[in-house]
Amino acid sequence: MIVFVIALSVVYAAPNFYPPDPAIQISHDSGLVDQSVIDTASAALIADGINYLSAELEDGSGLIRLQDQNDQRRAQEIVQLSLPDEYLVAQNMAPNTPDFLQSFGAGPMAYGLDLSGGVHFLMEVDMEQAVSNQLNDSIAVMRRLLREERLRYRPPIEVDDTNRIVLRFNDAETRTAANNLIRDEFPDLISRNSEVGNEFILYYQPTEASILLLQDYALQQNLSTLRTRVDALGVREPKVQRMGQDRIVVELPGIQDTARAKDIISTVATLRFHLVAETNAAPGTTTDYEYEGLPITLENDLIVGGDSVTQAQATFDAQTSLPQVNITLDAAGARQMNEATRGNIGRNMAILLSETKVRTVTELLPSGEIVSSSEPYEEIRVISAPTIQAALGRQFRITGLMGNEANDLALLIRSGALAAPMYFIEESTIGPSLGQENIDRGVLSVQIGFALVLVFMVAYYRLFGLVANVALAINLFLLIAVMSIIGATLTLPGIAGIVLTVGMAVDANVLIFARIREELKNGLSVQKAIDSGYGRAFVTILDANVTTLLVAIILYSIGTGPVKGFAVTLSIGILTSMFTAIVVTRAIINLIYGGRKVNKLSIGIKMPEPNTSKG
Amino acid sequence: MIDFNNTIDFMGKRKFATMFSAILIIISLGSFIVNGMRFGLDFTGGTQAELLFEESPNLEDIRNTLGQNGFQNYEVVFFGSDLDVVIRIQDVQEEGLPLEESNQTGDRVLAMLEEASGQNIELLRSEFIGAQVGDELREQGGLGMLVALIMIMIYISLRFQFKFAVGAVVALAHDVIIVLGFFSLMQFDFDLTVLAAVLAVVGYSLNDTIVVSDRIRENFRLLRGVDATETINSSITQTFSRTIITSLTTLLVLLALLLVGGEMISGFAIALTVGVLIGTYSSIYVAANVLLYMHISKEDLIPAQKDDPELEALP
Repeated sequence: MIVFVIALSVVYAAPNFYPPDPAIQISHDSGLVDQSVIDTASAALIADGINYLSAELEDGSGLIRLQDQNDQRRAQEIVQLSLPDEYLVAQNMAPNTPDFLQSFGAGPMAYGLDLSGGVHFLMEVDMEQAVSNQLNDSIAVMRRLLREERLRYRPPIEVDDTNRIVLRFNDAETRTAANNLIRDEFPDLISRNSEVGNEFILYYQPTEASILLLQDYALQQNLSTLRTRVDALGVREPKVQRMGQDRIVVELPGIQDTARAKDIISTVATLRFHLVAETNAAPGTTTDYEYEGLPITLENDLIVGGDSVTQAQATFDAQTSLPQVNITLDAAGARQMNEATRGNIGRNMAILLSETKVRTVTELLPSGEIVSSSEPYEEIRVISAPTIQAALGRQFRITGLMGNEANDLALLIRSGALAAPMYFIEESTIGPSLGQENIDRGVLSVQIGFALVLVFMVAYYRLFGLVANVALAINLFLLIAVMSIIGATLTLPGIAGIVLTVGMAVDANVLIFARIREELKNGLSVQKAIDSGYGRAFVTILDANVTTLLVAIILYSIGTGPVKGFAVTLSIGILTSMFTAIVVTRAIINLIYGGRKVNKLSIGIKMPEPNTSKG
Repeated sequence: MIDFNNTIDFMGKRKFATMFSAILIIISLGSFIVNGMRFGLDFTGGTQAELLFEESPNLEDIRNTLGQNGFQNYEVVFFGSDLDVVIRIQDVQEEGLPLEESNQTGDRVLAMLEEASGQNIELLRSEFIGAQVGDELREQGGLGMLVALIMIMIYISLRFQFKFAVGAVVALAHDVIIVLGFFSLMQFDFDLTVLAAVLAVVGYSLNDTIVVSDRIRENFRLLRGVDATETINSSITQTFSRTIITSLTTLLVLLALLLVGGEMISGFAIALTVGVLIGTYSSIYVAANVLLYMHISKEDLIPAQKDDPELEALP
């Protein structure tokens, strides 16, 4: 069992000892990269005198491994220059795990930004704004409903500071009629009556649940918008994650150009609805696009813009259970949509996504110098072109979609705009040289700390010290293996945690050995002393470690980023060290001293000889 | 080497130890009042940039450049070497920055200094942290510390006895206050990694205290006709070599971290080094001392005897 665990830990820890290669990655905007692209890129590198180790296709993108990290930036620029603009070239570090280890599913730990270099953003979604946007939208609908039914109210309809919509009427009858009308349209609003003077007031308050739902929706939408934008950066393994109720973390390892990253994150994307032109349309009123590889001609007149879309959700039709996308427009959008579709049933309507992206334009000057600059450009594509089957209004649905198409379409429509404004509340950039320096220093600290402890243990405990050292080495492997398996991210404080674990992990062995020494002094025979040493120290070790584990867990729950990394390392270190210090050392000691009569233990004390008095 | 065969009269010096601890705590608390804590960027919010110059710059020139460009609340210091400069700017907007007009302070500072110095400067890192994030962290950090102490108290009360829990928690609070006091007195930056280190100190010192308490409990049950002071003295003596050796190995690795770990981790290493030293002392003198002040006796541990089958059942 022990041998198996050790073997396993060596296999999973090993990938971390193969340093990754500096590399550049080539990906395509939408689609795959083929061999010819790789050939072009590598030819460009050879022409510029940059040596590379390999150039190959990997999961639909090109990966060129370089010999020297200093060449990375130049190589990126050279390759970008040699390829058309729709190819994205990014710097990254390519893992170097040998095939036989990969076949076990083993891979190296991911580095945190403080080690890999890169950009970190923390953004906060303005939830109050999200709620008030929604309420204002509801007001517009209410106004229209009341006007259509000729119910007189006292303007303005407004939102008070407790998030209630306030409507005022001249008499109770109108108020009742209005409430009946509005209630059907807005099941999520709770109504309450009140009279002030001669005013009959109707309050509408969104339910707690609907506000939560709305906020969740806003966050999801902002998250997917950001994801789409970040994907445009072509970074390997970007992280866009929600954090708590209203925050989003974006981490882009390897990215150096913060300004560009920010530009792209703040890209404005808009959604537009246009009618597909009829064949006899007047020239000059249409524009040609491409949809699923075929040409499509759209009318220039805009039906509604994406800012009118308040919701887009993938659902299933209740009767046919086929996938569909439900779209909700705001009041103004609904009116325009209705006017445009009423007379055009049977025609197709196209949904256009237009994104303002930033591309890096690289130029090779005659002097051999490379100049890069950022240049915004607009990219427009047709994402869907369904047939209009009825006059559309505030809510309509797009059907005839296959499986995942509904999800993708809903996502795309939503990703057009942000549901609520966002703010940068945290931002950090770590340069690549600092990251590398942190790795080097971290590794050196582990090595030196480890060496010092090894020497000390052997000097003090002799053979038993050596056994503890073997256990410590195994512990280090086990710790790294467990971290790799659970996919932990290694950070600088995480490395500090490893160093600390090295120092503290011997504690269990010190406890055991001290006990054995004591028992020997008390005159127990060697085997009994070993036995009772392990036995009696166990409870102590358990109590001491459980409490430390408790602290580590608390640290994990309050910490962010790097500190979490430290807490994870510390917790795993406590668990693995208990295993190695108790089980592994016991096995080795048994191997050395087991099954025979021993009079002397090499545990760093003078053994009392059976017949001499106290020495 | 110390002779561990004879019981050392640790508790004989307990009055002196109480005084010593009291003085350290008074100095720490005094420093909190007079100097306050020098919170790092994580807690205060603001902008910080680390720049690498080609030639050692004049810090006063950098300050002038910043002042001329309209910055008010800034700080410029060398970081690790005389080519490496950290600039911290405290002018933060309360609300965070809108997506469209995001914070470019780091890039701006870089550009203005390159122009002023005529040097090619490398931006090693830059950070911006909104004020509200800092406030939250301070709250969470304090709360975390409190929750940790309460959980520990509950665990030890269950596994040992209430008086032991009080002893352990007093020892931990003692350690935390002194480490924080040290940071306040030396005016070292107290950032998130230092907070992590302080919590690790809690874990470490607790580990030590538990080992000693465990032996005290064992000896109270084992030794007959011996008074509390003597029981505690022999317990500490028996665990003393272990206490010292574990502290030594931990200090050895911390030494490595301190020497080669680099500037970004030095606060962490310093906090832990001070913490391990104080924690070792407190597990000997503070926790046991509290037990004596609370008149710990054999009888206190008799109810715990009922739990024994459980304890013994453990492998």
